Amino acid sequence: MQLQVGIDLKLIHFLIVSGVLFCIGIYGVLSRRHLVQILMSVELILNSVLINLIAFSSFITPDDITGQMFAVFVIVVAAAEVGVGLAIILSVYRQKKSVDIDNINILKW
Amino acid sequence: MTQLIWIIPLLPVIGFVITLLLGGKNGRFISRFATVVMGVCMLLSFYAVYLVFTRGELSIEKVWYVTGNFKITMGLLADGLSAMMLLVVTVVSFLVHLYSIGYMQGDSRYWLFFVELQLFSASMLGLVLAHNYLQMFICWELVGLCSYLLIGFWYEKKTASDAAKKAFLVTGVGDVAMLIGLLILFTVTGTLTYTSVFGIAEAGGISHNVITAITVLLFCGAIGKSAQFPLHVWLPDAMEGPTPVSALIHAATMVAAGVYLVGRSFPLFSHSEQTLMVVAIIGIVTAVLAASIAIVQTDIKRVLAYSTISQLGYMIFALGIGAFVAGMFHLMTHAFFKALLFLGSGSVIHAAHTQDIREMGGLASKMKTTTWTFIVGALSLSGFPLLAGFWSKDEILGFAFSTGRYVIFAVGAFTAFLTAFYMFRLIFVVFFGKMSKASEHAHESPKVMTIPLIILAVLAIIAGYWGAPFLAEKYHIGEFISGHTHVEHVEFDFIPMIISVIVGLLGILLAYLMYGRKVIPTDWFYRFVKSYYKVLVNKYYIDELGSRAIVRPAIRFANGVNTFDKRIIDGLVNLFGKVTVSVSKAVHLFDLGVVDGIVNWTGKETFNSGERLRLLQTGNISGYAIVMFAVLAVYIIYLIIRTMF
Repeated sequence: MQLQVGIDLKLIHFLIVSGVLFCIGIYGVLSRRHLVQILMSVELILNSVLINLIAFSSFITPDDITGQMFAVFVIVVAAAEVGVGLAIILSVYRQKKSVDIDNINILKW
Repeated sequence: MTQLIWIIPLLPVIGFVITLLLGGKNGRFISRFATVVMGVCMLLSFYAVYLVFTRGELSIEKVWYVTGNFKITMGLLADGLSAMMLLVVTVVSFLVHLYSIGYMQGDSRYWLFFVELQLFSASMLGLVLAHNYLQMFICWELVGLCSYLLIGFWYEKKTASDAAKKAFLVTGVGDVAMLIGLLILFTVTGTLTYTSVFGIAEAGGISHNVITAITVLLFCGAIGKSAQFPLHVWLPDAMEGPTPVSALIHAATMVAAGVYLVGRSFPLFSHSEQTLMVVAIIGIVTAVLAASIAIVQTDIKRVLAYSTISQLGYMIFALGIGAFVAGMFHLMTHAFFKALLFLGSGSVIHAAHTQDIREMGGLASKMKTTTWTFIVGALSLSGFPLLAGFWSKDEILGFAFSTGRYVIFAVGAFTAFLTAFYMFRLIFVVFFGKMSKASEHAHESPKVMTIPLIILAVLAIIAGYWGAPFLAEKYHIGEFISGHTHVEHVEFDFIPMIISVIVGLLGILLAYLMYGRKVIPTDWFYRFVKSYYKVLVNKYYIDELGSRAIVRPAIRFANGVNTFDKRIIDGLVNLFGKVTVSVSKAVHLFDLGVVDGIVNWTGKETFNSGERLRLLQTGNISGYAIVMFAVLAVYIIYLIIRTMF
C-alpha cells in the first residue's frame, strides 16, 4: 500500500501498531481501578483488533473491502456496547456511590 | 338299561348339592325334597333289582386314567349281592329320611341333617355299587366321614363330639390296615377290579400266604367298620348321634359295609383257611361278648348298639365258616328289623325324653303303634318262628351245625338266647310294667314317624321268606346273590332250627319271668356272680384297656414329643432367630459405619472442597482479568514456541 507521505508502509507496521495498542489496552484493563478507564482500555483493544482487520483486508485482498465493512460494523456494535457499559456503570454508581472496582465485589464469596 | 345304575347313586349326589346350596332357611322344603329324592332312588333300585333278577348283572366301566402299565378303571357293578345291598340301603335310607322329617322337627340344624343324610346315602350307594376296591375304599372313607358328621351332629354336647372323634379314629385303625391290604393286592395283581382280582386268585396267581395277609388286612377294615372285637368300642358311643342316624348308619347300612366287604371279597377269603378261621373266631367272640354286655345296659340305644355289634358278629362268623349266603341274608333281615328297633327306640325317646330304661315303663298303653312294631322287631331279632330273623339266624346256625362246627353252633345258640333275653328285658321294662313318671306325658309319635315303623315291621316279618328253605331255588336269595361265588350248600336240618327256636323262647320266657312277672328277682344274677356282673357293666374293661394301653401311652408319648418340640425344636428355631438378630445387628452397624460413612464422607468432602474452592471467587475483576490474560499469554507463547521448533 502506498501512502501519500512517502513512507513505504508494510503490513508488519500496522501489525506492530495494533500490537502496541492491544498491549496498552490490556495494561489499562489490568491496572486501572476506575470502571470508565477500564471501559476506555477495552475500546483500545477493540480498536487494535479493527486495525488488524483492515490491515489484513487491505494487504491480502486489496480489491475487496470486506475487512473495512466489518470494521464499520464492529464500530457500530462497539458504540452500542459502550452505551450498555456506561449504563451499567451508572447504575452501579447509584448503588455503591463508587465506580472503583475494588468496591464492586458483590460476587465475592 | 345299564345306564340306570349310575343314576341311582347320582340322584342323592344331586340332592346333596341342591340341598346344600339351598341352605339353612328352607329346612321344611329340604327335608321333603331329600325324602322325595331318596324315594325316587328307591323305586329306581327296585327296578334295578328286577333287571338284575331277570337279566343278570349290570355293569358299566370307564378307564379313569392310564400311565404306562398303570391303569385305573372306574365303574359300577350291580350283581345280585350289590342289588341286595342296594335294596337294603335305599329302603332303609328312604324310611329314615321320612322318619327324620318328624323326629328332627324343631332342631336348629334341621336342614343340615338332611344334607348329611343325602351325602351318606350317595356314598353308601357308591360303596355297594363300586366295581373295584379303590372306588369302594373311597366311598368307604366317605361313609366314615358322614358317620363322623352325623354322630357329632349335636356337637355342642361334649359327649357327642367325643363319640364322633372316637368313631372316626377307631375305624381309622381298621381303615389303615385295609388300605395296606389293598396296596399289597394291587402290587401283586396290578388291578383292583373285583372280577380281575378274583380271576387271578382263582387261577392261582397269588401265593397262599399273600392271600392270607391281604385278606386279614382287609378283614381289619371290616373289624373297624363293622365294630367287631376289639374295635367295637366306638359303636356304643356312636349312639350319641340322633336316633335316625343310629338306625341308618349304625344299624342297617354303614356297619354292614364291613360284612359286605368280606362278602364281596369272599372269593379271596375262601382261598385262605387261616383267614376264615380268624374271621369266624372274631365274629363269634364279638357276638357273644356284645350280647352279654347288652343284658346289663340301661340305655335303650346302647342295648340296641350292643345288639347290633352282636348281630354283626353273627354275620361275620357266618362268613367265616363259609356260610356266605346265610351271612349276607342275615345282613339284609337284620338291616330291616334293627332299623325298625332303632326307629322305635327313637319314637320312645321322642315321647319319654329320656334314654334310660329305668325311667321308662308302661309305655304300651300310650304308644300302641310303636309298641307293636317294636315287639315285631324284637321277635324277629330273637328268631321267633316265621319272622325274618328266624330264617336268617336259623340258616347260619343250621350251617354251623351241618358242617360239624358244634362249638360255634353252641356259642351261637347261646348268643341267640342272650339276644332274646335282652330284647325282651327291654320290652318288658320299657313298654309294660308300672307307669313311670317319664311315661305319663308320653304320646304316640306323628304319622310321619309311625309309617316307617309299620313298613319296616312288615319287612321284618316278610323279608325272611326270600331266603326260606322251602322257596324254589330259582327265586331263592342264595341263587340271587351268590352269582359266580362258589358257595357251599347244606341240606336243611330241623334239629338246629328247633334248638334255636327253643333257646329264643327260653330267653323270652326268662325275661318275662324276671321283668314281666317279676317271679325271679331281677338282681339274682347280680347276687350270684357279683364280680362277673361288674365286669359286664364295665363292658369287659375293653374301653379301659384301650385307654390304658393305647390312649394314655399315646398321650404320654404326645406329651414327650411336645416337650421335645418345645425344648429342642423350638430351641433350635429360637437359636436361629437370635443368631439372625445378632447378625443383622452387626450388619446394621456395618451399614451405619461403613456404607453410610462412605456416602456421608462423599457428601461432606464435596461440601468441604466447595468451601475451599469458593475462595477462588475473589470478586476482584482485575484479578480475573490477569488470570485470563496470563493464560492467554502462556498459550500464545506455547504456540509461538511450537511453531519455532
